[in-house]
Amino acid sequence: MSDNKTGNSPSRRAFLRGAAAAGAGALTTSTASAQTAEPLITEVQPWAREFGDGVDAVRYGLPIEHESDVVRRNVEWLTADTVSSINFTPIHALDGTITPQGCAFERHHSGAIDLKKEDYRLMINGLVDTPLVFSYADLERFPRENHVYFCECAANTGMEWAGAQLNGAQFTHGMIHNMEYTGVPLRTLLEEAGLDTAGDLKDKWVFVEGADASSNGRSIPMEKALDDVLVAFKANGEALRKEHGYPVRLVVPGWEGNMWVKWIRRIEVTDAPVESREETSKYTDVLDNGIARKWTWAMDAKSVVTSPSPQSPITHGTGPLVISGLAWTGRGTITRVDVSKDGGKTWETARLAKEGEKMALTRFYLDTEWDGSEMMLQSRAMDDTGYIQPSKAQLREVRGLNSIYHNNCIQTWLVRSNGEAENVEVS
Amino acid sequence: MLKFPKSTVLIAASVFLSNPAFAEKLGLGRAALPEEIAAWDTDVRPDGTGLPVGSGDALIGEEIFADQCAACHGDFAEGIDNWPKLAGGADTLDHEDPLKTVGSYWPYLSTAYDYIQRSMPYGNAGTLSDDDVYSIVAYILYSNDLIDDDFVLSNETFLDVEMPNAAGFIFDDRAQAEYSQWSGDPCMENCKAEVKVTMRAMVLDVTPEETKAEETTAVVDATPEPVEEVVVEVAAFDAELAKAGEKVFKKCKSCHQIGDGAKNKSGPVLNGIFDNTAGVVDGFKYSKVMRKAGEDGLVWSETELAAFLAKPKKYMKGTKMSFAGLKKEKDQLAIVEFLKSLED
Ligand code: HEC
Ligand code: HEC
Repeated sequence: MSDNKTGNSPSRRAFLRGAAAAGAGALTTSTASAQTAEPLITEVQPWAREFGDGVDAVRYGLPIEHESDVVRRNVEWLTADTVSSINFTPIHALDGTITPQGCAFERHHSGAIDLKKEDYRLMINGLVDTPLVFSYADLERFPRENHVYFCECAANTGMEWAGAQLNGAQFTHGMIHNMEYTGVPLRTLLEEAGLDTAGDLKDKWVFVEGADASSNGRSIPMEKALDDVLVAFKANGEALRKEHGYPVRLVVPGWEGNMWVKWIRRIEVTDAPVESREETSKYTDVLDNGIARKWTWAMDAKSVVTSPSPQSPITHGTGPLVISGLAWTGRGTITRVDVSKDGGKTWETARLAKEGEKMALTRFYLDTEWDGSEMMLQSRAMDDTGYIQPSKAQLREVRGLNSIYHNNCIQTWLVRSNGEAENVEVS
Repeated sequence: MLKFPKSTVLIAASVFLSNPAFAEKLGLGRAALPEEIAAWDTDVRPDGTGLPVGSGDALIGEEIFADQCAACHGDFAEGIDNWPKLAGGADTLDHEDPLKTVGSYWPYLSTAYDYIQRSMPYGNAGTLSDDDVYSIVAYILYSNDLIDDDFVLSNETFLDVEMPNAAGFIFDDRAQAEYSQWSGDPCMENCKAEVKVTMRAMVLDVTPEETKAEETTAVVDATPEPVEEVVVEVAAFDAELAKAGEKVFKKCKSCHQIGDGAKNKSGPVLNGIFDNTAGVVDGFKYSKVMRKAGEDGLVWSETELAAFLAKPKKYMKGTKMSFAGLKKEKDQLAIVEFLKSLED
């Protein structure tokens, strides 16, 4: 970087003013342009002289206080109260793919309950040979598996159908998390109860419900139940957090989050779906003509640039810039992500940090140079079925504006020359 | 009865091929007892499977609804504020912002029975008797003009009710309607002639502010206004009246807990609320106006409480308490007396 003339250009000064106005001025120190020696280096700092905390100062740690703005947030006007409500993962401030449990979005229908392992019971009944009750300890004696999966609420991005509404990737795309689960395949538990009674399994279902006051019952076709559904008790190596269903939740890879029943207490084999409230009144998608789609379980391929984004503006001026984001698909594996800086006129293929994994988040990067000009940033995911993430216009053409759920449109961030970004829609 | 739509059979057929070769059992768990299954297996299906024997009508239902549901869903099931509307919305499904209610949208009546018996009333779920649920469901149907008030809803008449939007649903057809259009080789260059911003989120300004941490510091830093001396009236306590108030409190129970181990729910814990400053219960997120009222010195005296509870939204514009109010003066007096009896 011998040519550093952008360092003093008007656009850079304009940027600094802009960044300060955006309240994001803290990180503007540029080592490239230091004129006087930095005391941070020339003077012995307190942390380099004195002791830090001893072990056991904190028996179970939270992030350091300087990261206290990286938290779940909710949008008060969305719901009548916080007990049946949703909050959002701060995806604009995370990197990699694993979501720490402590900041992974929550959605409850009657609040997060306190259920001890010793009070936990899981019943399997209905069309099985022997209806069974398992304790938590029983579950730990079945062979278990580990898998990383994303969980996305079907309403993620649902506020954006009619137009650009919420200003931040956390709010537009934060109803998602991605964890490594440890658990027992549902198939194993169903086999333990015996499926001979059920006869032909092709048109059978399982109805699953939770132990909380809402119980959030859902019907899952037997094909899926026997395929990859997991009865999980650990996430990211540790016990599930209370808000994620401690001690046991269901994991339904690639399918909408509402089916991932928390505090799961009962699994019933049936010959028809129950048509519960969560699969009729909710989680059905009204089209323009008033007819609604039902059983839209799979989450289609989707992606979003997490940085730069409205809550994560560019604060370093022109020059090297990492554009970063997340991509996922409930129908397989992400194979490619393209990024556009001009609102979809031209596209460049981004670098996947790791090869896509089945039904898990994939991180992408576009390592680029920014000249300080305005950008209309977009990302577009593709998966191994050949599917290409659609634009908002394409989605609206098929579905209209009222379907609430399953909005997997291409998102646009308008990045201004001062580095600030805004949620916009483009022609 | 219902078969899968073609598009759901995407999962590898191999799932079923191994059907006969199921793994060996480990002998874990124990047999579920019939009374245990009966306690948990309460789901009700479209064909009536699972309906308990029982009956009720809209007239009985109206009373129960007024008592246990109307605080949130409105006297006529029309909904209050942000709480769900259960009635209305007929013929709006193909309009902008359709109103989806039990009457206008739900395809099966069984769903209403199933959901209400398992999940409502909110905050006190699983407490309704079978006959109560039949009556309430009848009242919701009545509010949607779907039955007459003399119709007796029971396990036997249940399937006689026609739901207007029963035929309003199709199976997931994304595979046919979307997937073939949105695949292939994506455009990389000259994909559009011109790009213009057509809508901006900042214009709407509905995103929550980023300033949680600052807000709290600001509150802590502010020098508290000296609270005016309050002349404490030594209020006499009427045990009889308080007892009547306990009954009225049923209307509050879905949002407010009291007594030992009470926790904040959608409303704050009300222990010790009488003669206390408004908006100061630990850990509860009040509306701005309630917090401000407390900071400005509002104390819950007999008069203030009665006025607030008579018409919450009128008394305090912007309060989060979505409660229509206690119309009868008798009830207002009784509830205040009851609140006096709740010690901190
Ligand atoms: C304290 C407020 C409150 C009370 C009291 C209450 N509900 Fe609800 N009700 C809710 C909330 C909140 C939801 C939405 C819950 C969710 O989405 O998880 C709801 C949802 C419903 C729904 C489903 C609405 C839809 O469109 O999907 C029905 C039906 C219902 N309630 C009936 C009742 C009945 C009957 C009673 C009285 C026995 C009752 N509720 C009492 C708050 C309340
Ligand atoms: C639908 C839920 C709901 C119902 C029903 C309800 N409340 Fe409330 N109540 C709230 C909420 C929410 C607040 C906080 C209001 C605010 O912050 O503006 C509140 C606040 C209050 C307060 C002020 C508390 C304080 O700390 O200053 C009192 C007193 C109160 N409620 C009493 C009652 C009584 C008595 C009833 C029954 C007659 C009742 N409420 C019914 C939700 C409810």
